[in-house]
Amino acid sequence: MVAAAQEHMILDARGSFCPGPLMELIRGIKQAKVGEVIEVWSSDQGSRKDIPFWVQKAGHELVGVVDEPGYARFVVKKLR
Amino acid sequence: MPNRMSMIVFSGTVDKLYPAAIMASGAVAMGMDVDIFLTFYGLDAFRKGQPQTNQKMDVNYAEIAPMLAKLMREKNVPSWYDMLLKAKEMGNVRVHACAMTLDLMGMTKEHLDPIIDDVVGVGEFVSNAKDGEITLFL
Repeated sequence: MVAAAQEHMILDARGSFCPGPLMELIRGIKQAKVGEVIEVWSSDQGSRKDIPFWVQKAGHELVGVVDEPGYARFVVKKLR
Repeated sequence: MPNRMSMIVFSGTVDKLYPAAIMASGAVAMGMDVDIFLTFYGLDAFRKGQPQTNQKMDVNYAEIAPMLAKLMREKNVPSWYDMLLKAKEMGNVRVHACAMTLDLMGMTKEHLDPIIDDVVGVGEFVSNAKDGEITLFL
């Protein structure tokens, strides 16, 4: 699910299980331009480790992880 | 050259096909190539029409399997087949059918689901898997 946000793309992957949210993020990053910020929302616990690990490995920037009730927002900037 | 995960999928029950699809997804997410070798019951699960209809579960877990299946439906977990298709879209996932099993069953590639890339012998699969970092038997 892609929703138009303030100024960046939001991928709402809540309710999707491991590795769903990570897959959504990878798909989103592929479509984005370098420098763009993407946010993925996940209620899956595996994302807490998987997403930061992938972001680092893929050479992007984890701008932040924001805890919300029942899920987390991962803010990622595409660097390459 | 990217790293490689090779899987021998021998089982044809849904509870084993899930880990195959999930591991394949994880591997492509991490930039790895994936080779899946389908043999015996694993190949049977890829006969045309089977991936969409097969509901078989391991009988050893007969008392909890229906509950898990129900939970997965309720929580909208995608089917293992959809996960595998998605992994294939995202990365380099090759699905191979075991030549020996096909011969045994008197089938050809035309009898199998189109997700299957080719028919290979065990020698070819093993020699490819030799260069990989992870090999799993499911």
